[in-house]
Amino acid sequence: METTSPLERIFRFVALSLVVLFFMFPIVWIFLMSFQTNETILTIPPTIVFSPTLSNYAALITGKLTTSAGTLDIAFMRNLMNSVFLSVTSVALSLVLGVPAAYAFARHKFRGSEDIAFTLLSFRFAPPLLVLLPLTQYFQWLGLSDTYVGLIWVYQLICLPLILWIVRGYFEDISADVEYAYRIAGHSWFATFRKIALPLAGPGIAAAGLLAFIFAWNNFVFALVLASADKQPVTVGALAFVTSSGIQYGQIAAAIVLSVTPTLALALYAQRYLVEGLSLGAVKG
Amino acid sequence: MSDTALLIKNVDKFYGPIDHGVHAVRNISMDIRKGEIIALLGSSGCGKTSTLRMVAGFEAVSRGTISLKGREVHTLPPVRRNVAMAFEGYSLYPPLTVKENIAFALKSSRLSQSVVEEKVAYIARLLEIEDILHRYPSSISGGQQQRASLGRALIRDADLHLLDEPMGQLEPQLRAVLRGRIKHYIKERGLTAILVTHDQTEANALADRIAVMEGGELQQYDTPQKIKERPANLFTGTFVGEPPMNVFEAEISGDDDRMVFALNGDVRLEYRTADFQPDVRKALLQRRRVVVGIRPYSVRRVANGVPARVAVNQWLGDQTHIAADFAGGTMVLVEHDRADLALGETIGIRLDPDSLHVFDAASGAAVSHGRELA
Ligand SMILES: Nc1ncnc2c1ncn2[C@@H]1O[C@H](COP(=O)(O)OP(=O)(O)O)[C@@H](O)[C@H]1O
Ligand SMILES: [Mg+2]
Repeated sequence: METTSPLERIFRFVALSLVVLFFMFPIVWIFLMSFQTNETILTIPPTIVFSPTLSNYAALITGKLTTSAGTLDIAFMRNLMNSVFLSVTSVALSLVLGVPAAYAFARHKFRGSEDIAFTLLSFRFAPPLLVLLPLTQYFQWLGLSDTYVGLIWVYQLICLPLILWIVRGYFEDISADVEYAYRIAGHSWFATFRKIALPLAGPGIAAAGLLAFIFAWNNFVFALVLASADKQPVTVGALAFVTSSGIQYGQIAAAIVLSVTPTLALALYAQRYLVEGLSLGAVKG
Repeated sequence: MSDTALLIKNVDKFYGPIDHGVHAVRNISMDIRKGEIIALLGSSGCGKTSTLRMVAGFEAVSRGTISLKGREVHTLPPVRRNVAMAFEGYSLYPPLTVKENIAFALKSSRLSQSVVEEKVAYIARLLEIEDILHRYPSSISGGQQQRASLGRALIRDADLHLLDEPMGQLEPQLRAVLRGRIKHYIKERGLTAILVTHDQTEANALADRIAVMEGGELQQYDTPQKIKERPANLFTGTFVGEPPMNVFEAEISGDDDRMVFALNGDVRLEYRTADFQPDVRKALLQRRRVVVGIRPYSVRRVANGVPARVAVNQWLGDQTHIAADFAGGTMVLVEHDRADLALGETIGIRLDPDSLHVFDAASGAAVSHGRELA
């Protein structure tokens, strides 16, 4: 055991607390804000003593936003569902396409395979706004603008390269001989992929999927341009809180809390796999 | 031949483009009979693993053909070759226990659960891994993983068993015990096996025939005894045998009466011309510049021999190793008893014509072994 002096321990505690405070403060503040009315939020000086209200959440869930200028309809719940639907299907599609592709890139070096893999990655270099204009044109011709299919397609630009490159690394880390050992015992190529490669890369695939999900969930600009109100995710829907009669801070805070919850829950759930994924080193032959 | 299990014909292996990449295996040809154990012996990096992996189907054959039981297989995927392999890097399945790893190899043979259990138990006893059967690969030592991997290969009923350095990680005692058991196991079942090793003791103990490799080329392919007594070239001569063969450059001259080997200019070994048969004599005199080799246990100490100065005298518990300065180099002698020699003392050395191995100085190919032509 390492022996640490009490002073050192205290110092370490203070330092860690400061770091945690620094990163957690905005989140805690938003969490508190979501239980306050706009008036309490805007009091100067700000106070942490207030009587909590659920009105913000109620407004979001019922879809009726009451402002000083009257009642507004907002589609927050619908946006939330859109976010869930778009992110889940995009990631699922990316996994279906990307994992076998990653395996192919990891295991079969063919002429130009590096170039193809890099081209796929380069989709992530282009500023989205630059791609968007031509894309909007094409989508209008194809009749894909303002459709879920079109959005999921565009989301592949975000998810597919991410999954392909992360998962490829995991496949490369698995010693090819482990697979050979299985194939030589009389199993087909596909059986080996399913029974050996996939389970061994499982944690990596989970990690890549989670990351892709977060990126998809946080996407803003694609959905802003390519989708109309009823197909927009929360990131875009949150714009509705900037009303003519002021910014609805309370509702925004509540919306943030609600929209962060799924990703947070997923991350906490997947934490186990992520840690496993990082210790995949044990697999290397 | 109907009893040929494996036939390798003019096989080349390039990593990278043919003729431009790394030339790991150079024009190797060999045949293995059914029921034979073959050792691929050579130093690290000489192409042993590459050869094995081409037979298994994990590396493409750049040139040449490989046939198993008379069927050309070098273009078939590994599944269709029916060979078993123990990998150099073990390559166990991490999520499975040792027992499952071994049993997994039988999965496609559709044996009943009880038969599988029985076979695994038998192999585990053979390899002394019974007490780790329920552990995971990551929690056992390298030597244990190696035995698990060996078990996974041996348990299968394949046409050919490829064992890539299967005992490299084991401690000497265990290795000696397992050698005997594995040989018995293979012979009892009539299996055919190729064993890759850089340990000549292992090759000698296990193999019916040894293929000596160096620089991607097959140097010699013969029984352990022949390799020792009649090395095909200078490489095999010096590589096989412990301690290694003494070698000296020599110039040969002779007439009807005497044959003279001048070692490094200053030491002259004189023999009666009658000690060599006419054809050997002719071959030797044709060459003039040769390399003379003699095994340490064939060097004799005699009173009127060529003088040499003792530099090392070591009793190893069962034999004595003496190194003496001789002909500008070192001559190593092995004797069975303790030698009462002080350092710096002069001894007389005698090299019998029967135990001389003569190699061509330029090509290294053997010219003669004792009184016979190579
Ligand atoms: N995948 C590979 N790519 C390039 N060169 C390789 C590869 N595998 C082996 N080699 C080279 O081929 C030669 C023979 O290697 P190998 O067959 O593993 O030797 P051994 O098993 O006798 O130690 C070595 O020079 C090695 O560096
Ligand atoms: Mg090797």
